[in-house]
Amino acid sequence: MTHGSDGIRVPTLARVEGEGGIEIVVSDGQVTQTRLDIYEPPRFFEALLRGRRYTEPPDITARICGICPIAYQMSSCQAIEDACGATVTEPVKALRRLIYCGEWIESHALHVYMLHAPDFLGYESGIHLARDHPEIVARGLRIKKAGNRLMEVVGGRSVHPVNVKVGGFYRAPAAADLRALLPALEQARQDAADTVAWVGTFTFPDFERDYEFVSLRAPDEYPITQGRLVSSRGLDIAPAEYDSHFTEFQVKHSTALHSVLDGRTYITGPMARYSLNSDRLPADIAAAARAAGLGGTCANPFRSIVVRAIELMYACDEAVRLIRGYQPPDPPSADVTPRAATGYGWTEAPRGMLYHRYTITADGAITDAKIVPPTSQNQRAIEEDLKDFAAPRLSMPRERLTWECEQAVRSYDPCISCSTHFLDLRVRQT
Amino acid sequence: MTAPTLAVWKFASCDGCQLTLLNCEDELLAIAGAIQIANFTEASRQVLPGPYDVSIVEGSITTPSDAARIREVREKSRFLITIGACATAGGVQALRNFRDDLAPVVYASPQYIDSLRTSTPIAEHVHVDFELRGCPIDKRQLIEVIAAFLAGRRPNVPAHSVCMECKRAGRVCVMVAHGTPCLGPMTQAGCGALCPSVGRGCYGCFGPAPGWTFLPFGTAEPVRTEDGS
Repeated sequence: MTHGSDGIRVPTLARVEGEGGIEIVVSDGQVTQTRLDIYEPPRFFEALLRGRRYTEPPDITARICGICPIAYQMSSCQAIEDACGATVTEPVKALRRLIYCGEWIESHALHVYMLHAPDFLGYESGIHLARDHPEIVARGLRIKKAGNRLMEVVGGRSVHPVNVKVGGFYRAPAAADLRALLPALEQARQDAADTVAWVGTFTFPDFERDYEFVSLRAPDEYPITQGRLVSSRGLDIAPAEYDSHFTEFQVKHSTALHSVLDGRTYITGPMARYSLNSDRLPADIAAAARAAGLGGTCANPFRSIVVRAIELMYACDEAVRLIRGYQPPDPPSADVTPRAATGYGWTEAPRGMLYHRYTITADGAITDAKIVPPTSQNQRAIEEDLKDFAAPRLSMPRERLTWECEQAVRSYDPCISCSTHFLDLRVRQT
Repeated sequence: MTAPTLAVWKFASCDGCQLTLLNCEDELLAIAGAIQIANFTEASRQVLPGPYDVSIVEGSITTPSDAARIREVREKSRFLITIGACATAGGVQALRNFRDDLAPVVYASPQYIDSLRTSTPIAEHVHVDFELRGCPIDKRQLIEVIAAFLAGRRPNVPAHSVCMECKRAGRVCVMVAHGTPCLGPMTQAGCGALCPSVGRGCYGCFGPAPGWTFLPFGTAEPVRTEDGS
């Protein structure tokens, strides 16, 4: 559908998780259409969950995404616990936050160093970058390893951890095993601070948009595992209110549903989290953000790499704090007894807000499931970004503009595997 | 001598198995030095044309276009290795294969969607030279497979059960001690018996160990077959 040599088409977008492409249609020197094409095959998780036991979503939905399985496990556990009217203890909540920090660290380090930074420095990949700057990539891999190791000690392994269950954990990790992680996490904290300074020196296209930011917000912490959902235009809701504000719909060029907030395009993810919660960062991390050129909010998607680096610092900081204050939860999990109800849960995945809703029967069978991952929510904003970004730059050399458009999309760290599993399935009664 | 070329391909999957390659933090740069990574979309914009010395395939076949694409991948690959439960067994999305009631499931606009009724492993479509099991695969086993390929030998990946891994690690048996159902006796080793290590039963991420035939629970004991099939 590319129009002559005017349009831009990237059939396969590299350095993203999953399968997608972009298409920018240009006609008479004007951008007439921008599309984020998502052709990742759907896997029908919501349909597969129907009829399964209420204890199964953490293990099944983890398989939606190999990069952020903890996000799926945590949002699903909270939703099931909400349906069952169960509450978990503070030590369980702290341990959940700790393993979630591990996921933020491994996911953000992967994106900053292997997927996004190569764009700013003109390399095809992190591996190419390593040929010229081995010590920089080694630093990124060291941070990533610290996050993965934390997930392994708490969860058993970093991809699809086995220790998470509805109600808490199968076994509380030994305090000594967690304390043994401290040197690597403290090193990662320093490496993350160096990362902030490094990415702060990158050159960013002059591009800002007037986004509606959506993220969780909690009383006295930067949001990861809990909070109300707020937006920069006044939204402030509890999980059960989500469906009355957010609507999903299918578009032809994507196997992932698009999502709107009261009819409006919005974004979720690091930029939104930071812009709505920068006042929740410890003073030294806020100072590092300012030194790297960030204000209290960030509306330039290319600068999201700086925000991710700041969140890396925070996640390392939090992990160290949580390990120092670790009390092994005893018992490691709460008893969760099923009842006929619908439950809601949400957490901040590395890429943004992840919502789960389950309806279960009194004997614990799931009758309905809904999962809204961050990348699907960001699709509309990504397409609007591409339009606003490309329109005034059509005179740039086409190869350069194509690369910068790809970079704009990669700013969202799109996880297409995540986004494409939740087509609006309706069972037709026959 | 030019370095052998490696291509990584994704079909229906969660990306976790190819992420395992990027999770080899201590080995990644050495691997990238010994092998020319010619096609790895998740990691690099650079795509070198085939044929490739080795292709690593993640994911299952769930659409008609992917059924055609895997044949193209096979044609341009000297060795084809499948990684993970999706590629070797159809993955969690193969639950749809057993659900008759999914047939009448419709979408808001089903005409936009091109999906097969089943999720099937790669080996049902093309010849596969080696299958590496796991959901996800184990990092050490992946490195062993790549090292074996570079050395021109068969990968040393054990075919015994999780139960044996667990016993070797000296763990208390969750089935004997706590009556927890555990698939360890008939699941292929590779994960390091992780679930019993946290006090839960194995749930079979690595699939059946060679030599076991599964029969429905409650009707009969699993039996070991003569030919090891």
